[in-house]
Amino acid sequence: MSTTVRHKPVDHAAAAAVFVADAPHLAFHDKRLWELRQKRDGQMHGVAEWQELRDLASAIKEHTLSQLPEYLERFEAQARANGIHVHWARDAEEHNATVLRILRAHDARTLAKSKSMLTEECEMAPFLERHGITITETDLGERIQQLDGQSPSHIVVPAVHKLRADVARVFARTIGGDPNNSDPNALAEHARMTTRPLMLDADAGMTGANFLVAETGAVVVCTNEGNADLSANLPKVHIVSAGVEKLIPRQADLGVFIRLLSRSALGSPITQYTSHFRGPRDGAEMHIILVDNGRSKRLGQADFWTSLKCIRCGACMNTCPVYRRSGGLSYGAVYSGPIGAIINPAYDPARYAALPFASTLNGSCTNVCPVRIDIHDQLYKWRRLIAEGGLLPRKKVLGLRVMGVVLASPRLYRLATASARLAVRVLPRPLLYSRLNAWGRDREVPAAPRESFAAWAARNRPAQPNARRP
Amino acid sequence: MSAREDILTALRAARPAGEHPLPDLPCFPGIEGDLLAAFQSSLAVMGGQWVRLPEGDALGAFIRARVGDGPLIRSATDELPDFPRVDAVNHPRDLENVDVAIVRARFGVAETGSVFLSDRELRVNTIAYLAQHLIVLLDPAAIVPGIADAYLRPDFADARYVSLMTGPSATADIEGVMIRGAQGVRSLTVVFANRH
Repeated sequence: MSTTVRHKPVDHAAAAAVFVADAPHLAFHDKRLWELRQKRDGQMHGVAEWQELRDLASAIKEHTLSQLPEYLERFEAQARANGIHVHWARDAEEHNATVLRILRAHDARTLAKSKSMLTEECEMAPFLERHGITITETDLGERIQQLDGQSPSHIVVPAVHKLRADVARVFARTIGGDPNNSDPNALAEHARMTTRPLMLDADAGMTGANFLVAETGAVVVCTNEGNADLSANLPKVHIVSAGVEKLIPRQADLGVFIRLLSRSALGSPITQYTSHFRGPRDGAEMHIILVDNGRSKRLGQADFWTSLKCIRCGACMNTCPVYRRSGGLSYGAVYSGPIGAIINPAYDPARYAALPFASTLNGSCTNVCPVRIDIHDQLYKWRRLIAEGGLLPRKKVLGLRVMGVVLASPRLYRLATASARLAVRVLPRPLLYSRLNAWGRDREVPAAPRESFAAWAARNRPAQPNARRP
Repeated sequence: MSAREDILTALRAARPAGEHPLPDLPCFPGIEGDLLAAFQSSLAVMGGQWVRLPEGDALGAFIRARVGDGPLIRSATDELPDFPRVDAVNHPRDLENVDVAIVRARFGVAETGSVFLSDRELRVNTIAYLAQHLIVLLDPAAIVPGIADAYLRPDFADARYVSLMTGPSATADIEGVMIRGAQGVRSLTVVFANRH
């Protein structure tokens, strides 16, 4: 993400309204993601030490982040000793230039690529395409999104907002096929038959990394489709893009993280392939690009550095009622959902000011996070920073200012609640559910009791000598 | 300054306050008892199949009988001298038309139904993905209880590539419909056969 360009602030609510208006897509999206959450719960109940694993994962990550320079140096030394080329990139631009340099050195024109959120973050694909490189996303969900010219809407299931008929139409328009045959088996088979040849012929391959092991210099990649292992093992160049926060100290630590990752993400005990790349094949080259791109800055933010513990499982997204009902694209950012709402503002607070408000602060994200990031607390802290930075939309500022005055004065508060109770009882529906009342737009205002709790308590509770008046 | 020095300096300056000790990893009581049965049910969850080499049967004849004579077969194990080998190719791509590949796993993991396959077992890494179907030989005595146990083994140390493979390649990216056979193998069958 470039900081030199000023972007329009994301209007999450407006984008979500478009998503919500499409009933069949909304219903499926909500159901599918909740199903993933329930499958995750099923896995959790099958592992007696689940909560201890979360404690361990959190402690290991916090430890690693507190010693990150040392672990990075250790990893680099190990990887180099294993014959891997290690590169460093301060930002997206440097990352992209490094990839291009490696490709050019091999006269590579085609790149087969598996899922990597970091390359999305760096906007690598458009950059490489401008320089004449043809990129094939090989993960099915990513491929669908690439062919449709859209960003991934979810970090684990990139096309989860699409229905099968949408996929059939995208394929028919781009890689051929019958637009009216939306059988998922036929669609997946078509993707296989058209993607495999591109991997076979690719000049270079690229993967992300789920974990980098300092002790051994290994890159660990967790996938299901077999595309990452093909992209890495077919061409003679394998490039790995990895954020510096992916480090873990010991190989044995994988025994904690691998047990948590897929169970949290998809509700499966493990991914089909948990692959460890520790050196190039004979006659091949392996490159790792270690990328900062804002991470060192975030590490220095006392309230937000623990967001770097994230292992990108997506559990917080699947459980979030706002995410499930607004769709990932409505966040207008690389990372969506609760984790996106605390990561994106660190890059550009003005552009992403709306995202920390895309939450009910119910805390479900924090409860499912396998590395115990206090996501909902960080959402709240971002709200405060955004308000203090004068980045709130004017309507919200006005509302909050009025609310602040009312909540600070017991007298005004009593007056306001009394008139609200009266209003709910006596106002005609068209007025009550007008544009003035955003709360009533998609839901019924609850029935108002005749008296306030304070009045009820005053009648029913004998006065305590020391009690203050309500 | 180089990017490397810049990044390391920035990270040093941003070091979080407080003590953050590296925890010791406890040994959780894992699967006890019949590891083979546990492995089998875990593998089934991940879409893999399994079969036991009948006592007294020859491995080669057993596999021939299962696979038939039609398909293009490649083997990566010395145990099957009568089968064509995977490493008789110039480029990993040349295995693209293989129908059935046969490999010997070093060990299995009961918790997940995974098998350990490194570049040493695979000889050409792509064989485990380009083949349409994968047959994995596994000694029933070589099953560890959990994933954590697997990572304590020294087997990772001497390999440039290791995959813990669990069932066939799969995707659920279209409406959550589970499809076995995404970009890699369409089926994975574990044959329980002692290693001699």
